[in-house]
Amino acid sequence: MQYTLSILVENQAGVLSKISGLFSRRGFNIDSLAVGVTQDPSVSRITIVANGDEYIVEQLEKQLNKLIPVIKVKRLNEGEFISRELVLIKVHCAASKRAEIIKTVEIMQAKIVDVSPSSVTVEYCECASRINTLVDLLKPYGIREIVRTGTVAIDRGTASVSV
Amino acid sequence: MISGAEIMVKCLEAEGVDIVFGYPGAAICPFYDKVYDSSITHILVRQEQNAAHAASGYARCSNRPGVCVATSGPGATNLITGIATAYTDSIPIVAITGQVRSDLLGRDVFQEADITGACEPFVKHSYLVSKTEDLPRVFKEAFHIASTGRPGPVLIDIPVDIQENEIESFEYPESVNIIGYKPNTKGHAIQVKKAIEAINTSKRPVIVSGGGVLSSGIKLKLQKFAETTGIPVISTMMGIGVMPSEHELYLGMLGTHGKAVANRALHEADLVIVCGARLGDRAVAAPDQMSANTKVIHIDIDPAEIGKNVKTEIPIVGDMKNVINMLLDNIGDYKVTTMWSETVKTWKKDLYREPPVFDGFVEPRTLVGHLSAMFRSKAILVADVGQNQIWCANNFRIREGRFLTTGGMGTMGYSIPAAIGAKFARPDRDVIVICGDGSFQMGLNELATIAGNQLGIKIIIMKNARLGMVRELQDKHYGGRHSATILNGDPDFLKIADAYGIDHAEAHSNEEAEDIIKGIVGSEKPFILVCDVHPDTPSI
Repeated sequence: MQYTLSILVENQAGVLSKISGLFSRRGFNIDSLAVGVTQDPSVSRITIVANGDEYIVEQLEKQLNKLIPVIKVKRLNEGEFISRELVLIKVHCAASKRAEIIKTVEIMQAKIVDVSPSSVTVEYCECASRINTLVDLLKPYGIREIVRTGTVAIDRGTASVSV
Repeated sequence: MISGAEIMVKCLEAEGVDIVFGYPGAAICPFYDKVYDSSITHILVRQEQNAAHAASGYARCSNRPGVCVATSGPGATNLITGIATAYTDSIPIVAITGQVRSDLLGRDVFQEADITGACEPFVKHSYLVSKTEDLPRVFKEAFHIASTGRPGPVLIDIPVDIQENEIESFEYPESVNIIGYKPNTKGHAIQVKKAIEAINTSKRPVIVSGGGVLSSGIKLKLQKFAETTGIPVISTMMGIGVMPSEHELYLGMLGTHGKAVANRALHEADLVIVCGARLGDRAVAAPDQMSANTKVIHIDIDPAEIGKNVKTEIPIVGDMKNVINMLLDNIGDYKVTTMWSETVKTWKKDLYREPPVFDGFVEPRTLVGHLSAMFRSKAILVADVGQNQIWCANNFRIREGRFLTTGGMGTMGYSIPAAIGAKFARPDRDVIVICGDGSFQMGLNELATIAGNQLGIKIIIMKNARLGMVRELQDKHYGGRHSATILNGDPDFLKIADAYGIDHAEAHSNEEAEDIIKGIVGSEKPFILVCDVHPDTPSI
């Protein structure tokens, strides 16, 4: 089961290592992790996407809550949140294939942000599954490099994760 | 102007700390210079790990956080085992370490170690102080975090320049405000109501009591609850002492090395009320130790412990102190059935085995069984780790005193330094150490601390020239191949006692041992008794 945790933490040195350390020493894997400051500069928000059964997720939430700099932990409910990830994909692209790639990028509503004689770089901001689709579509041309930010997520509607 | 080191001392004084255990070094020297003429007594241990164990023993017997101090680098890393022991045993200690100058951090200079990083998995919280101005807040928070909620160790790492810097003035904060730390102590009324309903409909309930009952200081209330309801009480290793061992409702310790009657009752129970215990693998090793339709009520201050090891129907997050009162207020006139209490009583009688005696040797289980009656009723027994721990856990007939041991971490060498802390906390009580010849040799450097402070600790070494617990495991699972479990090269322990100027004797039978013990009871001088134990004496 894949789940998304939204964690509010005090914005101070060492917090990220406490959290990532907690995952690793209990043998839990992280699929993606994204950190950034919130509207309150003393508070950061960490979004973690990971895999595990119900027991593991519950344990994780409880163990995260025990860390002193952790202010709040919320498991986002499937289907009730919006998630986005930014990806930059550098695709091998001979001039002859450029039109084809541009077409694909347009269909997916992605954007070409850099071009060289033998490559294009595509920027795409979407949920993880759409990103994977684009990656699959571009694969046949030869992907040189992919950089992903990790997923960030926010509740739909008025619900929020706040202090 | 006031220096960081002076502030550290003033913070400790403001917390009511009158004793610290430690070992100095360059990076903590500013603090040592200020502690020198303060109201705080500093006890010099002989290895930093023991400063942490001593602080832990002190904390458990004084109900206040214990404090240990070490220098940077190896001083700090030596503390780790002691800190980790306090962490798994949920003991409140504040560990203070010196650190290299803050502008040199990360340059791998002499005696630099990332101790906050290294201790991360073993502390409740840690601080690397970056400004002298932060010291009062950090100390206030550290003591608060260590001693509230589920108790545990907090580490404060202070670079030497932060100790030397001077600031305008010192003011100790009156309160703390940590946004991410608000332990829930209250106990949810609806959950308690559910628990009462479950108790009322149960036929074969048992209470499993852990260290949380002792750290919240409510053992008498728990006893009252057991007596009011007639529910038998089992304890975990950390919970030994919640009831006098001779109490008719007390069944002893559970688990792989526990009492048969305790395990039997747990297995047959239809309702288990877990109080301040995490039920680690040594307590409930296999899920089938409890029957599949047993209902579990789990009361703990740490929500992460509930449902971690045992499936729980009724979780109650809260301090035992509050929850036990709520249970007492609502239990009404519930009483367990006579059939259940009679059944348990019969098991208690039937499942007891008198230990066999090896001629010419001390039978440790019998000796431990007789020990309590020879000392005052509030005696503190400190057991080390190994067979000696099991002999003590199952046979010491605790009355009003304490049983200290490390049930979670199982750190060999714990007993002597922990006893030192206990004796400083409770100079009016008898403090007895029981260790093996293996564990004795992991803590014997602290004999100097005992001798130097003339602490009236009585040390009983159960000498079998074996690492008995591991040897037993080898007999059971490794075809009796005793790899590295024979302690050849053991020194003459009497000569060692002599070298430290500590009175001593040797015993080869229980009569001899008991005569010697009777002769030293009441004396406030340290003593070492070496008991010859047959290597084949089993743990249980």
